[in-house]
Amino acid sequence: MIEAFLPQGSTYAGDIDLLVNVILWIVGAWFIVSEVVFFWLIFKFRARDGVEGQYITGEEKSQKRWITIPHALVLVCDIFLVVGAIWVWVEIKQDLPPAEAEVRLISQQWAWTFIHEGPDGKLDTADDIRTINELHVQADTLYHYKLESTDVIHDFSVPVWRLKQDAIPGRVITGWFEATLEGEFDIQCAELCGVGHALMGGRVHVESEADHAAWVAENSSTSLASAASPTAGGN
Amino acid sequence: MAESIPATPGHAHDDHGHHEQSFASKYIFSTDHKMIAKQYMFTGIAMALIGGFFAYAFRMQLAFPGMEVPFFGVVSAGEYNSLVTNHGTIMIFWVAMPIVLAAFGNFVIPLMIGCDDMVFPKINRLSYQIFLLSAIVLISSFFVPGGGFAGSWVAYPPLSSEAQYNLTPLGSTLWVAAVGLEFIAFLLGGINFITTTMNSRAPGMKFNDIPMVVWMIVIASVLFMVSVGPLLAGAIMLIFDQQLGTAFYDPTRGGDPVLWQHLFWFFGHPEVYVVLLPPLGMVADIMTTFARKKLFAYRTVLYTVFGTGVLSFTVWAHHQFISGIDPRMANIFTVTTLLISIPIAEMMFVYIATLYGGRIHLTTPMLWALAFIAEFLIGGVTGIFLGASGADVYFHDTYFVLAHFHYTFFPIAIIGFYMGITYWFPKMFGRMMNEAWGKFHFWVTITMFNLIFIPLFVLGTAGQHRRIYDYSHFPELMQPWMQDLRVLATGALLVMLAVQIVFIINFFYSMFAGEKAGKNPWKANTLEWTTESPPPHGNWPPSQLPTVYRGPYEYSVPGREKDYWPQNEPA
Repeated sequence: MIEAFLPQGSTYAGDIDLLVNVILWIVGAWFIVSEVVFFWLIFKFRARDGVEGQYITGEEKSQKRWITIPHALVLVCDIFLVVGAIWVWVEIKQDLPPAEAEVRLISQQWAWTFIHEGPDGKLDTADDIRTINELHVQADTLYHYKLESTDVIHDFSVPVWRLKQDAIPGRVITGWFEATLEGEFDIQCAELCGVGHALMGGRVHVESEADHAAWVAENSSTSLASAASPTAGGN
Repeated sequence: MAESIPATPGHAHDDHGHHEQSFASKYIFSTDHKMIAKQYMFTGIAMALIGGFFAYAFRMQLAFPGMEVPFFGVVSAGEYNSLVTNHGTIMIFWVAMPIVLAAFGNFVIPLMIGCDDMVFPKINRLSYQIFLLSAIVLISSFFVPGGGFAGSWVAYPPLSSEAQYNLTPLGSTLWVAAVGLEFIAFLLGGINFITTTMNSRAPGMKFNDIPMVVWMIVIASVLFMVSVGPLLAGAIMLIFDQQLGTAFYDPTRGGDPVLWQHLFWFFGHPEVYVVLLPPLGMVADIMTTFARKKLFAYRTVLYTVFGTGVLSFTVWAHHQFISGIDPRMANIFTVTTLLISIPIAEMMFVYIATLYGGRIHLTTPMLWALAFIAEFLIGGVTGIFLGASGADVYFHDTYFVLAHFHYTFFPIAIIGFYMGITYWFPKMFGRMMNEAWGKFHFWVTITMFNLIFIPLFVLGTAGQHRRIYDYSHFPELMQPWMQDLRVLATGALLVMLAVQIVFIINFFYSMFAGEKAGKNPWKANTLEWTTESPPPHGNWPPSQLPTVYRGPYEYSVPGREKDYWPQNEPA
């Protein structure tokens, strides 16, 4: 149901959407059946003249079936859903496929600092490109992100990628994404981080290999010259 | 029973007519469980008005960003955060807890188990006094320099622990202190609920004869007691971090902010069941009364509650899937979280099965009880999306979460209050509420509730994240249809708030001018309906405390003339 609102912009977006849809069908069926039975019973057993209430304890085996059979079915559905949920979770959060590129995401009250690899293709070297609130990544490239926070807890969230991860001060959290859809999309901070929380939006530019190379070439020198300047990157 | 320990002769002073109680000892410093129940209830209602007003203010800002909100003014970003923080805090700790647990617990337990009062009436009075103090401390926090706490009701440090980050140096400490005091009040209340039910039941009332609502309140109190200790310790550490410069949660000096999340949610998830169980118990009692039907499989219900209670201690980290905990841990908590759906689903099946073969009268309390099931089902099934770790990667901290828990907490706090009060009002005040006004209030409230939160499910699915006072920095969330849904939700909220006036008028009008109720207007079985309405001090005349001969749900027993069989009626 998410894909009706947001395009699938990463390799795992489709898996999350599939999982969500499977859950929707399963719990949706339970929900509809329960509500239909519920309202039907209210209608069918409304108080009418001459009709007495029945005396049913629910303690006999033949009566308990009405509970134990759905109980068993819920258990089966739960097992199915647990397997699906863990499957997707392990793919996104637990496994860490080998990186083709790296990017450092630094959150603070109330902006994102993104540190990209420079022309040398390595992070934490002199030619790194530093931008504010504007992330540039190459499509179809597997990135490892290193997520940090300098003050409070933030959360790096890109809805089109279906990615969320909290940033914890004092830790560097490593995860991965591989964008598949080129374009410009929202970055949110999805954890309340103070009075400027609503300002902490960013944009991610997903570019083709050529466009991204051009952007790196264009910005690496200016970035070197003014590494500390927040206006260095982008534009 | 402390009050009856001075043996029978001393008890006579409790009787009305021997001497009038002074105004203060009757209404303010009362040790009577029924008066303490009313104190909790009216304090809870007053706090609900504040919490509702906060919701009004921030929903207006969301629908019409930057507008001058009538009776509030322009909502700044800081005020917005403070409004949502305190809306959540108030509605859970100062509305749901005092009303469904403390007010109804105090009112119904002694009456339903057939005793004259709580076993520790003075501890009970102290419980309310500390609760009142906690409410005053919370309200005072809105007026100190810097304003009320604005770090969300979950209060994650370092935002909550350091003034340089939250900008509310005093408000945040007062907030933690208020929550801590509130916990102490409910610990004291819980001691009474458990001890009274275990020790003061009427002669003949076996465990299987206890009305379900009493069971549920007792189990809720046990859950609260077991879970609140770690958070109380965590709250004290948080105050130390805020005011004394310790570093329990400060990573730059060796602390760990995630520690708080574990302490908070180890309490926070059982807390959901602490407030859920009392209304679920009310549903059992109200549904059986108005369906004229025995509760389906009493002992199964009881076992599912025990199961839910135990499991509720094993699910807390599903709030923290993406908070930086070891990702392998999420797998364990996904299993436990989906497992807890089984006892809860089973409880729902039992309630639905109870309707089968009944003789259903759609009175106002019955409508509320049925609505509880119908709406809570939505809250239940949407929880599966969030408990499934893989899906939570997307849904975490979106409006989907918000809509999900409002579909649990609105039934708990609001539907729970209305079904309880419309059912026990005749016992509390001796008069009937108006049914026509009651039904009008019911239908408008329920319709508007769904019109508020179904749009928020849609917005959450489309990626709208929480606690944002203005979405203009997020182009994907600024599509015109999204703003339309925000306006729809706010409009529905305005109607829902307005229609509560109908209830308030009905409530006070009926209190003084309603039709006289008599002892047992609903023809129900449980013991509270065997005494006067309202019950006198001491509940029953001292020599006439009831004796119990059967379970609480013997409706439509074959071969009897009446379709109910009160618990105290000899065979």
